[in-house]
Formats: sequence, C-alpha cells, structure tokens
Amino acid sequence: MAEAGTADTHGADAHDAAHGHHAQSFLSKYIFSTDHKMIAMQYMFTGIVMALIGGYMSYAFRMQLAFPGESVPGYGVVSQGEYNSLVTNHGTIMIFWVAMPMLIAAFGNYLIPLMIGADDMVFPRINRLSYQIFLISAIILVVSFFVPGGGFGGAWTAYPPLSASAEYNLTPLGATFWLVAVALEFVAFLLGGINFITTLMNARAPGMKMHDIPMVLWMIVIASILFMASVGPLIAGAVMLFMDQVVGTGYFDPDRGGDPILWQHLFWFFGHPEVYVVLLPAMGIVAEIICTFARKKLFNYKLILYTAFATGIISFFVWAHHQFVAGIDPRMANVFTITTLIISVPIAEMLFLYIATLYGGSIRLTTPMLWALSFIAEFLIGGITGIFLGASGSDIYFHDTYFVLAHFHYTFFPIAIIGFFAGITYWFPKMFGRMMDEKLGKIHFWGTIIAFNFIFIPLFILGAAGQHRRIYNFQNFPDLAGMQDLRVIATSALLVMLVFQVIFLFNFAYSLFKGKPAGKNPWKANTLEWTADSPPPHGNWPELPNCYRGPYEYSVPGREDDYWPQDVPPDTAPAE
Amino acid sequence: MAEHQEHADDHGQAFYVKIWAILLVLLILSILGPIVAPHAEFGFLKAWMITLMTAFGIAVVKAYLVAANFMHLNIEKRYISYLLATMLMLMLLFFAGVAPDVMKHEGQNWENVAAEAEVERALKAEGAAAAHGEHAGEHPSNEH
Amino acid sequence: MSITRPIATTRSATGIPTGKLAVWWVVGSEIVIFGGLLASYVMHRLGHPEWAEYASHTNTWFGGLNTFVLLTSSLFAVLAHYAAEHGDGKKAAKWLLGTCAGGLLFLGIKAVEWTGEIQHGYTITANGFWHFYYTAAGLHALHVIAGCIIMLIIANDARKGKELHRVELIGIYWHFVDIVWIFLFPLLYIAK
Repeated sequence: MAEAGTADTHGADAHDAAHGHHAQSFLSKYIFSTDHKMIAMQYMFTGIVMALIGGYMSYAFRMQLAFPGESVPGYGVVSQGEYNSLVTNHGTIMIFWVAMPMLIAAFGNYLIPLMIGADDMVFPRINRLSYQIFLISAIILVVSFFVPGGGFGGAWTAYPPLSASAEYNLTPLGATFWLVAVALEFVAFLLGGINFITTLMNARAPGMKMHDIPMVLWMIVIASILFMASVGPLIAGAVMLFMDQVVGTGYFDPDRGGDPILWQHLFWFFGHPEVYVVLLPAMGIVAEIICTFARKKLFNYKLILYTAFATGIISFFVWAHHQFVAGIDPRMANVFTITTLIISVPIAEMLFLYIATLYGGSIRLTTPMLWALSFIAEFLIGGITGIFLGASGSDIYFHDTYFVLAHFHYTFFPIAIIGFFAGITYWFPKMFGRMMDEKLGKIHFWGTIIAFNFIFIPLFILGAAGQHRRIYNFQNFPDLAGMQDLRVIATSALLVMLVFQVIFLFNFAYSLFKGKPAGKNPWKANTLEWTADSPPPHGNWPELPNCYRGPYEYSVPGREDDYWPQDVPPDTAPAE
Repeated sequence: MAEHQEHADDHGQAFYVKIWAILLVLLILSILGPIVAPHAEFGFLKAWMITLMTAFGIAVVKAYLVAANFMHLNIEKRYISYLLATMLMLMLLFFAGVAPDVMKHEGQNWENVAAEAEVERALKAEGAAAAHGEHAGEHPSNEH
Repeated sequence: MSITRPIATTRSATGIPTGKLAVWWVVGSEIVIFGGLLASYVMHRLGHPEWAEYASHTNTWFGGLNTFVLLTSSLFAVLAHYAAEHGDGKKAAKWLLGTCAGGLLFLGIKAVEWTGEIQHGYTITANGFWHFYYTAAGLHALHVIAGCIIMLIIANDARKGKELHRVELIGIYWHFVDIVWIFLFPLLYIAK
C-alpha cells in the first residue's frame, strides 16, 4: 500500500474534517454508528441487560431448589419444564451473551484501537454488522422463551438425542431458536474476531513493536484466534443438529447410523478452548490493572505472553475431559487426563507471574485493584478444583454433581463478572470522562465477593456429597433430601449478591452524570488510551500518537514521575 | 477458451491457462481412476489403493496447485501458509481425537451396540437388494 | 458510501494489506468449518461399510462436470485479478462476470443432478451418506451463492475502476471455495 505513509501523516486532519462538520442524528450516533467506542458500548449494555436476564433466571431456579414447589416472588411457580429451560438458558446466556460480549467484544472494541494508537477498527462497518448480528441472536434467544412449547431445556451443551428430537425435549421451536441464536452469535464473533486480529496485526501506531503491545490486547487477540480455530467444527455440528431438528436427518440418531458422541466431540472441541477464550481477556485486564496500581513493570512480559500462547495451544488437546463418562475409549481418557493436568501448568505460571508483579510494588487498593486481586484468588480456587475433575478417576465420581457446577462457577464468575467489574471500574473514567464513586464501588465489591463465596462453597460440599446437577426437586430423592440448609444458604447468598448489584447499577448511573471529572489520565497509567481525551472523540486523537516504549514502564529509576507514557518521545529520558 | 490466445504473448496469463490445463488433466485422471483401477492392479497394488491414490492424491495435488498459483500462496508471506496449515492440523487433531469413538464400534471394555446393529441391518438389506441383480454387495473399497 | 475509511485501515504493520489479511483469516476459519464437517463424514464413512453401496448411486459425471466448471471459473477469477493488477478495471469486471457465470452454471448443474437423485428416492433423510452428501454440498453451494453476490458488487465497482484491490480478495475466497469442491468431489463421488 503505497498511500499508507501519506495517509498516516496527513490523514488525521482530513479525517477530522470529514467528521467534524455534520451533527450526527441520534440514530447514526448511537444505533448505526461505526465508531468502535460506540459499538463497544452497545456490546457492553447488551451484555449487562443479558446478565440481568441471566441473573434473574438463576434467582428463579435457585429459589425453586431452596424452597421447592413454592411460588417464587416475581416469577411464580417454577414447573419442571421451565426449570430445565431456566437452567439451560442461564448457562447459555452467561457464557455466550455475557462473558463473550463483555470481555472480548466490549473491551476488545474499546481498547484495541485506543491502545494501539489507531483511529478506529480496520473494518468499521463489519464491526457494526457483527454487533447487529449479535443483537439479533440475543433477541432470538430471549424470544425462544415465549414460543409455543417454551424455551429449550436440554442443558447448555445440548447433547443429542435430547436436543435433536422434539419428541424427547418437548420444545420443538425452543430448541431450534436456541440453536439458531447460538449459531448467529458465533457468526457475529467470527466477524468481530477477524476484525480484532487484523486490527492488532496491521494498524499499530508507528513504533509499536510486538513486545510493546499491552498484554490485554495480546490476550484478546489470542482469544479471538482460539475462538476462530475451534468454533468451526461446532458450526458444522450446529448445521447437522439443525438438520436433525428441522429436516429430520439422523446425524446424531444411533438407530439410523448416527452417533450422539460425535456431537459431544464437536461441542467440546470448541467448548474447552472457549473457556480460555473468555479467560485470557480477563487475565489481560487483570494484568493492566495490577501493573498500574502496583506501579511496577509486568513481571516478565515475554514469559506471560508465551504462557498465554502455550495455554491456547494446549487448550486444543484437552476437550474430551468433559466426556470421561460418556463412553469414550478409556485409553483416550488416559491421554486427555494427562493433557488436562498439563494445561494447569501455564495457567498457574501466569498467576505466579502476576503475584510476582505485585511483590515489592507500591500497591494502591482502589476498586479496580480489589477486583483484580480477587480475580487471582477466586480463579485459583476454580483452577485447583479443576484438577479433581481433569483426572478421569475422580471425575467418574464427581461428574455431573454440584462439585462440577461449583468448580466452573469459580472459574466463570471470576472471568465474566469479576473480570468485567475490574475492567469497567478501571476504564470507566476513559469511557465516560467521569470517576466512579470509590466508596460505593468498595461496598459493592465486598458484598459481591463475600456473597459469591457463600453461594458456591456450600455447593462444593453438596457436590462432594454426591448431589446431582440436573434435579428439579431434591425432596423427591430420599438419599439427597438432606442438607437442605446448605441449599438455603446458597440461595440466600445469591439474593444478597443480586441485591448488591443494585449498588453497582446506581453507582454506574450516578457516576455517568454526577461523577468527578476524570481528566485524561486519572490513574497515571502508561498505555496509549490514557493520552486521548476522556471520553475520546470520534477519531480518538487530533493527531494519532507514536509509540516509543513498552506499556509497563512504571517507577523507572531516575525519572521524576513514576510512570512513563508510551507516546512520550525518548528525548525526555533522564541522563544515564 | 480460445479467447485466452489473444494474450498468449503475455507470460502471466499464459501461465494461468497452463495451470488450468494441468488441473483439467488431473481431473480426468481422477475420474478415470476408479474405472481403470480394477484392470490395473498387480501384486500388492490392489484396485482400492489405486482409487485412493487417484482420488485423494490427485485432490491434494490439485488443491496445492490452486492454492500456490491462483491464491498466490507461493509469493505470499510465509506465515499465511503456516496459518492455513495450522488450521488443517487442528482438523487432523480433531479427527484423531474423535475417530476412536465414532469410527470404531468397539474398544477396550466398550461396544457401540447401536452402530453395530445398524451396520448389520444395512448390509443385510443390501444383500437382499443385490440378490435382485445389478450392484454387488461386496465392494473393493469396503475396507478402507 | 458515507463512511470515510479510517486511517487504521490503511496501515499495514505486517506488510500484508489489511483486506487481504482479513480474507486469509476468513479462509482459515472456513477451513475448520468444512474440516469439522468433512472429518465427521470421513469417520462415519470408514466406520460404516454399508455406506459404500449408498455412495455408489452418486453420478461421477455430474461431479466431474461441476469440477470442470469450478476450475474454469477459478481461472477466470485469477485472470480478473491479473487484469485488476494491471489497472484494467473493465476487463477485470468482465472476467469476474465470467467467474460468476461459472458459479451459476455450477448451481444449475447441481440443481439438475439433485432433482434426479431426489426423484430416485435419494433424499437427505434417506440415510447417513445422503445426510452428509446434501449437507456438505449444500453448505458449499451456499458459499458459491455468497461468492457470486459479492462478486457482482465488486465487478460493478471494478467496472468504474474503483476498489480494484478487492478483485484479488474475492478471488482468494473463490479459489478456496474451489479447493473445498476439489476435496468434496473425491469424497462424495469417486470413493465408492
């Protein structure tokens, strides 16, 4: 591209002129915008709405478990079928419509252009298309609750033959809506992911070398690559399942030569890398925050990067550990046990490197920092309990118990919820130009974290006692009817946690309008987004910045400031 | 495709036409493969091996020719080839991990009863159909 | 278009133009989609000896003819790229229309072929082989249709001499669709 050089030097002014004049209408500014920041907001608010829907679902089915058969305030009596759809769609929503849009799409869209010093994503209109497809998929999923037969109730993994035949799942439309929604969501994230990857690869500011890229961007892009490389078989599987549901083929029908195990493989070949697809961006957000608030350089940037790559690669070799009891060849179970235990090594290494970053830093316990630290602590519990499930021997006992459930909530809650809160409290000043209230933020933090542990530690105990996951009313099973107190504790803690979210929503809305003005760089951080105005205008900078150094040059000896922004030319460097 | 000739002096276009001609020859070979194979087997070289080679060996060659010369992977940055190769490797990995369960119908301490029953039923039905004439139930490529 | 292209789009830190880089990633993601489907097909095919008989009812000549059509349309696509590279938008548009005609011919042949098969009772629900036969070829046909639509848009731009670099991009996609067929052909038609 011969014109690239000239566009870089003169393009900034022309660009501003093109956008500065005409006042944008409401529709073109907020709804059909191609601006990466607005699309990030759209993803984020859609994600928050979906999180509220998902939270409401968990409220309804947890109440049913704690007080079986009683009418749930704000919902009514939960029937068996509804219970199944609530559980299924809670899982689906929280992973595909909350974790993915908030961590990858919202922060990816917002941060990638700002952190690499570009004026937008490389394909703004594809970006908009990606959000629009995502929004349609979200609407289809929500609508699936109101079609005849109700929402799909075959668990978020949708194992056939249950999911393949309306005869079994009794939700002829709900199951198909669910499948179409999930498939559309994949398409949206494929488009978004290609945009992220291409933007990071090609559109970096002049001078930004591979190892000057902020860690969170690496993580988001590695996650996008993982997603892209793993989701293909599941898209193929979704086509097959769709055919089974709608056309009447028998891909997954054993009586007609099909194989239901194939779906499990197709699903988990995607499903396990998916865990790392959402984990890595959360890890990246945490990395940014702990560096800023420990005022220290990220401990061994390159090693963290390599462990992220290693995690990504190994994550393709572990999928069948979800299927140890599905009837797979036991020799394969041996292989997958070993690979599963291996993958804990790079993840543990990454956590150690984060702790090493904290060591000797001058730590400021702001709200984002509290969230980041709690991420490390809570995810650690999730990771360690995973060892029990990754070993095929103990998994035979634990499989499909509440132990599994508690385990993955200890991984997904830190990822999706804590990671999101860490990110939003950290970048809120940049996004909206105002500070969030620290006191309310801390109240919200402590309330959420304590309640979270009170929800899931009882579930670990219940699971270890053999309580099965997919049971509507434990009172119907004399062997499981005991320990009802623990279920009540978990449900009560959930109520407390949901109530504390009101504080967050209030803080969010209040700070949006009444918060203290933030200025460009309230946290005194290095990365490029803090050199733009808060909130950044369309086009981000009047003149795009150059990059001169790595993103984590905090507390450099001999410098007056304890931070050294990436765009400050080196001639201000102190004499050696 | 006579209209290409007007640019025959132009090396670039003639080159693409040449690749296309090679592709067509390969296509004809791959169609002839299964027809000729039963007459060409000798020694250990069975007909189904020849069919496999003409079908998939040639497909790989054709795909390579198209990817290298038409998609210009030969002059593209190396890592694009690596990227595409990685995706193919992932599919091999997928196959390796899944085939033991789906392709095989019995293993160590397990047996896929439904699949075995279906194979038996279908082969029996074919045998009955074969008794009527035309297609033989036994087929050379059965075991591959 | 009302949208000014962002400066980001014109940057090229990797040395590969942004659009082309994205198309390579699209091709990468398509490889795993078709790969997942075809891997599933192959393992079923190998595990079910009775499918050999089912497969023997496909018509190699239709498949072969369609391979010929797609290979030729790929040649047209690369010639369009060649013309675009030399700045000849009109000729590029002509070749692209030729490619598109190849795609339509492919679909037409497919329609005739499928009509005959369905009339003989080989519908998608007949058995496992025909599930995969129609799904794989159908997914491929969807890609052909999408490619044709995009190609018409690009040809229209190229005719006016605009966005000539896109001719190469649609070409890469089209060659990929061609390669998928190159593998579908032996999998569905030849290996009997």
